[in-house]
Amino acid sequence: MTIKEQQDAIIEEFSFFNDWTEKYEYIIQLGKELPLIDEQYKKEENLIRGCQSKVWLHAALKDGKVYFTADSDALITKGLVSMMVRVLSGQSPKDIADAPIYFIDEIGLKSHLSMTRSNGLLSMLKQMKLYSVAFQNNKCI
Amino acid sequence: MTTSDTIPTHALDIEKIRKDFPILQTKVYGKPLVYFDNAATTQKPLPVLKSLEEYYKTYNSNVHRGVHFLSQQATDAYEQARKKVAAYINAAYDHEIIFTKGTTNSINLVASSFGRTFLTSGDEVLISGMEHHSNIVPWQLICEQRNASLKVIPVDDNGELIMDAFEKLLTDKVKIVAVTYVSNTLGTVNPVRDIIGRAHAKNIPVLLDAAQAIQHMPVDVQELDVDFIAFSSHKMYGPTGIGILYGKENWLNEIPPYEGGGDMIKNVTFAKTTYNELPFKFEAGTPDMSGAIALGAAIDYIQQTGINNMQHAEEELIAYAYDKLSAIPSLRFIGNAKHRAGAISFLVGNIHPFDMGEILDKQGIAVRTGHHCTQPLMERFNIPGTVRASFSVYNTREEVDELIKGIAKAKKMLE
Repeated sequence: MTIKEQQDAIIEEFSFFNDWTEKYEYIIQLGKELPLIDEQYKKEENLIRGCQSKVWLHAALKDGKVYFTADSDALITKGLVSMMVRVLSGQSPKDIADAPIYFIDEIGLKSHLSMTRSNGLLSMLKQMKLYSVAFQNNKCI
Repeated sequence: MTTSDTIPTHALDIEKIRKDFPILQTKVYGKPLVYFDNAATTQKPLPVLKSLEEYYKTYNSNVHRGVHFLSQQATDAYEQARKKVAAYINAAYDHEIIFTKGTTNSINLVASSFGRTFLTSGDEVLISGMEHHSNIVPWQLICEQRNASLKVIPVDDNGELIMDAFEKLLTDKVKIVAVTYVSNTLGTVNPVRDIIGRAHAKNIPVLLDAAQAIQHMPVDVQELDVDFIAFSSHKMYGPTGIGILYGKENWLNEIPPYEGGGDMIKNVTFAKTTYNELPFKFEAGTPDMSGAIALGAAIDYIQQTGINNMQHAEEELIAYAYDKLSAIPSLRFIGNAKHRAGAISFLVGNIHPFDMGEILDKQGIAVRTGHHCTQPLMERFNIPGTVRASFSVYNTREEVDELIKGIAKAKKMLE
């Protein structure tokens, strides 16, 4: 699946929820379920500090594709992080760097990508793109 | 002892008060707004809004400069507002009231102007472990410049200052004590009379950050005998962008101007500028005229409602909220001070405060989550942040009940 197809699939999944409670319960479930990152990568250099919650992000290049693993200390953020990983992981560096990310807005969680920087999700997205640009340019990171 | 114990109060008609605040009719996500973020900023009553509108519609003009009618009118209203502030905190002179941009600006002014004059190498500034960053960083900046050091009164597990440690820290090296009257995070009301008394016994001046006190209790600067007090208009029902620095006349005369510009000068030549007298010496540039005048309207509103009545109503509401919150399993309070005003901070089980805040928000309940600009205090309690509900005179028991229901729902979803 392309990045666009992944995002559209998530938007489709969310369209079945009747109210915010169901939507959030699903996100929280994603946050609870997924083992997102190897403990060895949960260290200071992979930490993206939001004002309130933290996100850890690790990136690796394999066979020309970027694979992300990530985690957060807040459950809702973690659920969103897992969706972000689902959308961007396994894609080529160029596709990741170029991709517009619209699903967060579409599923009604725009505030998570707002300027408040409260949860680190926006910084995480920027960091994902930076990794990809670096991989694209064959830089060592 | 709080003033409400000694001064007779009468019960307020909260529903009538709520009608004065149009924003309280707002719905968020289709639900009635429950606004418990009053420590961040309070809502504004109609007289304040009307005052702003009237100013711009009928007499907007620059102050202290023009010979013309409107300028005189604006100047009179601006200076009248200063008198209202002076009366509200019982300052000895109107010129002890400096209009600033807010509490942060007021503290920066004192840190800079006092620090440049009185701090030298090896001196100390004494603050507390529960200060807002606004009462930490300005002192760090000046201490760095003057090669002085910052000392911190520690906080105990209940969120109260350890006064024995204060006594030990209060050495001859200390040139100023700067502490908060009421903690924005914990709601702790500090023993400021004791602090001021002990500091004055050693001829050390005291600055109080009253940003979280001025809207909740009577503040009488002469009775407190405090040297400097800083607070913000927007946390006391007034508009944003304006605040107050009160300083005793002798201190304000002894410290140099903070910013240079128009209105703060007597005479300017390229060789030497002489400064204007108090309070204008500290009010460089065109001030926030409409803000000052509307702050005056906010003070009128508080005076008419009665600060003692407001304090009494808020204390009852906080006691109610505390009892209700106490009954929630796995909820723990961050800060359990004997004297509390304004705010209650808590955590529920292992739920991240950010998650709790978001689920409450979806239910129309506005609380603040995070470190509340008191990161060292969060470190003291070894937590990432808290959920803070902060109250105002217009809040009701029904709203507290909504909060309790909201927390129960969040618990169900997040645990």
